[in-house]
Amino acid sequence: MRILIKNARIVDPSQGIDIKGNILIDRGRIAGIGETVKDKDAEIIDAKGKITAPGLVDMHAHLREPGREEQETIESGLRAAVAGGFTTVCAMPNTSPPCDCQAQVKFLYEKAREARTANLLPIGTITRGRQGKEISEMLELKEAGCVAVSDDGDPVESSMLMRKALEYASMAGLVVISHCEDRSLGGDGVMHEGYWSTVLGLAPVPAEAESIMVDRDTQLAELAGASIHIAHVSTGKSIEIIRNAKKKGIRVTAEAAPHHFTLKDEDLRTYDTNLKVNPPLCSAEDIEALKKGLKDGTIDAIATDHAPHLENEKEKEFDYAPSGMIGLETALSLSAMELVEKGYLDWPGLIKKMSTNPCQILGYERGTLKQGAVADIVIIDPEKEWVYEKKQIKSLSSNSPFIGRKMKAGVTDVIVGGRVVVREGAILDA
Amino acid sequence: MNDKIKAKVLDKEGIERIVKRIAHEIAEQNKGLKEVAVVGIKTRGAFLAERISDELRVIEGAEIPVGALDITLYRDDLTEIAEQPVVHGTEIEFDMNGKTIVLVDDVLFTGRTVRCALDELVDFGRPAGIQLAVLIDRGHRELPIRPDYTGKNIPTTRTESVEVRLKQTDGVEEVVVFEGTENDSGTQV
Amino acid sequence: MKKNIEWTKRHLLGIEDLDRDEIVTMLDQAEGFKEILKRPIPKVPALRGRTIVTLFCEPSTRTRISFELAAKRLSADTVNITASSSSFLKGETLKDTVRNIEAMQIDMVIIRHSCAGAPLFLSRCVEASVVNAGDGAHEHPTQALLDIFTIREKLGKIKGLNVCIVGDIAHSRVARSNIHALTKLGAKVTVCGPKTMMPVDIEKTGVTVTYDIKEALKKAEVLNVLRIQAERQNQLLFPGTREYIRGFGITKAKLKKYAEKDILILHPGPINRGVELSQDVADGEYSVILDQVTNGVAVRMAVLFLLSKRRKQ
Repeated sequence: MRILIKNARIVDPSQGIDIKGNILIDRGRIAGIGETVKDKDAEIIDAKGKITAPGLVDMHAHLREPGREEQETIESGLRAAVAGGFTTVCAMPNTSPPCDCQAQVKFLYEKAREARTANLLPIGTITRGRQGKEISEMLELKEAGCVAVSDDGDPVESSMLMRKALEYASMAGLVVISHCEDRSLGGDGVMHEGYWSTVLGLAPVPAEAESIMVDRDTQLAELAGASIHIAHVSTGKSIEIIRNAKKKGIRVTAEAAPHHFTLKDEDLRTYDTNLKVNPPLCSAEDIEALKKGLKDGTIDAIATDHAPHLENEKEKEFDYAPSGMIGLETALSLSAMELVEKGYLDWPGLIKKMSTNPCQILGYERGTLKQGAVADIVIIDPEKEWVYEKKQIKSLSSNSPFIGRKMKAGVTDVIVGGRVVVREGAILDA
Repeated sequence: MNDKIKAKVLDKEGIERIVKRIAHEIAEQNKGLKEVAVVGIKTRGAFLAERISDELRVIEGAEIPVGALDITLYRDDLTEIAEQPVVHGTEIEFDMNGKTIVLVDDVLFTGRTVRCALDELVDFGRPAGIQLAVLIDRGHRELPIRPDYTGKNIPTTRTESVEVRLKQTDGVEEVVVFEGTENDSGTQV
Repeated sequence: MKKNIEWTKRHLLGIEDLDRDEIVTMLDQAEGFKEILKRPIPKVPALRGRTIVTLFCEPSTRTRISFELAAKRLSADTVNITASSSSFLKGETLKDTVRNIEAMQIDMVIIRHSCAGAPLFLSRCVEASVVNAGDGAHEHPTQALLDIFTIREKLGKIKGLNVCIVGDIAHSRVARSNIHALTKLGAKVTVCGPKTMMPVDIEKTGVTVTYDIKEALKKAEVLNVLRIQAERQNQLLFPGTREYIRGFGITKAKLKKYAEKDILILHPGPINRGVELSQDVADGEYSVILDQVTNGVAVRMAVLFLLSKRRKQ
């Protein structure tokens, strides 16, 4: 079965191309790319006026299975992913039980295979059982197919343990993804410290609760001779530290979540618990710093931090509600609106943050439209206008503050491994 | 209010004459005026009460205690009235126990305002008796209430309205009857 | 004759939401209600047939009693629910609890809660009017109204007055509501307390910040002294009571030494005598602490009346 994508604007930062042309897919791989590529027997997808790019890769999602299948399952999470243009999703290991052994990794791969939508890449824990006490069995995790390790949701508090984990992970060939949060400084805080925390009377978390740990972890990565990836960077202070670390040649990469550069602390005036995230929404200045960091390359990737919670868990007093919002189905549009429309990135720049760079950081051989590569492809209509409605949400949870919001740019088609999974905005059942 | 004026029924002199007459009647009814106090219903009734008290002072040469009632908090139609009721405060600074209270209002209509005022008065003590003086009685009572002193009876239809205008509140002294609006429902008399 | 604006709000969630005219309307109305409290029978039938629930999810006897008394003076029926007697302990959520109560046909919920924003959250769940009786470190609107009512009653104005709030500003809803109300009415507000108890960017709310009590007392005409909570010591906010008294306790000696004018003393209560206020100041000639308590009932009557009036339109 061959597929020919016609009349496309082909954007592939891995090859540095932004051209008009066709792409031929044969037996799951890219068979040809260029203006002259043709196949009269292939199934045709006319991509006129649309952008055809390597499938998006989310480095950071919480798919909740096993343990909280009422919030999300691998199947529902991956459906949400393809609806949002993602062909691969990295699953954070803070499940119950946590993904800290081979059996867990295999379970996730098995579930993803059954789902037949997006690819799933398991992330293992840094510490056994996510207890923050001893290093997990990373050699086994790597062998089983983990691409990275993280205790995301919780920081690794002990500096000694973090150093050892970085050393061990670099030996095992795993990237350490660090959730940077100094809990002793953040205390009971639920929102970014600033004018609005003062006015709203919500317990504040200073920006330094993040940046101090970013500083520690980049220094430890240097000490350990390892590479480190900083999850969900939210403050200008952290960005400054990462920028300087990169200048010094430390192997640090970083990601930002769309909600962090779209929403600000002032929005919490409504006390909407769907706006409660960790790290918390920051100031307008921090947002500007994030966008500049994305523009100048300090921040390498955009990742969703997709975190499903049930409605009844969120329908609580702000202090008592859990942190997190879903993001797989809105990440592309929000990024396009905040970054492309406002001139911080062009489309190739955005694809780089959402596909090319994540693959590079993880050592994952996707994120490219090179001839012979696995055909993971997204087709985006940059002019599509739509409204994000609750009833269309593919995730099992609907904890998003963006419901009802007008969106610009949307996914029309998604191809995973050469198979069309989304066609004209609708998920095809396998 | 776009209602048309139907008739001007009293002017400044007319009002003055009636106030004097009511004061004389009160003096006659309550010989010596020793235990009499006058209490007006805000806003216009309170001004009329002051005038009556002034007349009584002239007649008997004695100081007659005056009070003012704000009946807002005693109304039974609080949730239905459209405009924001403003609580102006009740001013009764004398001991009501054992006194004969002359309650004063400008227009007597359904009697509901007087009912509120009676409720409020008894919360201030136990007067020996309460009498009612009104400048205008326009009929259409909904409660068994009857004035002891009436300035002028003015037959009206239910949809008409009567407005007493005093210089303290309106800058002029007159009583005017307005024609009712067509969509007002009510029994014609 | 008072010129009052038409009241349109269904809830009272904070002073931040009110404009100057709305605050003045509340204060003016409260004057009318204060007169009722002096009557032989201090009760009017205005809210007869209305049911008001006080839902206190945080211990507070005096605020609850003040609201309850205000409701009773207006002839409303009151039901009191405290966190220990409600279903919270059985795992029922705040939303469920209140919707259950509302199903019993109530008109108003007065809520005290340790979480900022809980009254706003509640107002989105129910049809009844919601009155904030204090939410976390956010707002305590009726306290601010009664404080300002008391100041206006004693000094005849708010505009241009030098008002100083002393204590743990960071954790104080009383401070926040007072700052909003006072600045909206044109007072000059200074906040004074240990640096550890000062929230960031507080000066952006229009106040002057000082950590020096001498400075604070110098110009002040009104002092609103906040209750200091001993448990904050464990949160590293101050080294101890003795040290706090030395730095920020209000004593007659300090007033005599540093104040240029006579200073009106307010305190939201309950007082830690000998800590934030010395005995001689708490009971001194410029203390209006008991007036605040009396005025609290009048102010809350005005609040309940105005919000109830709004209901059926």
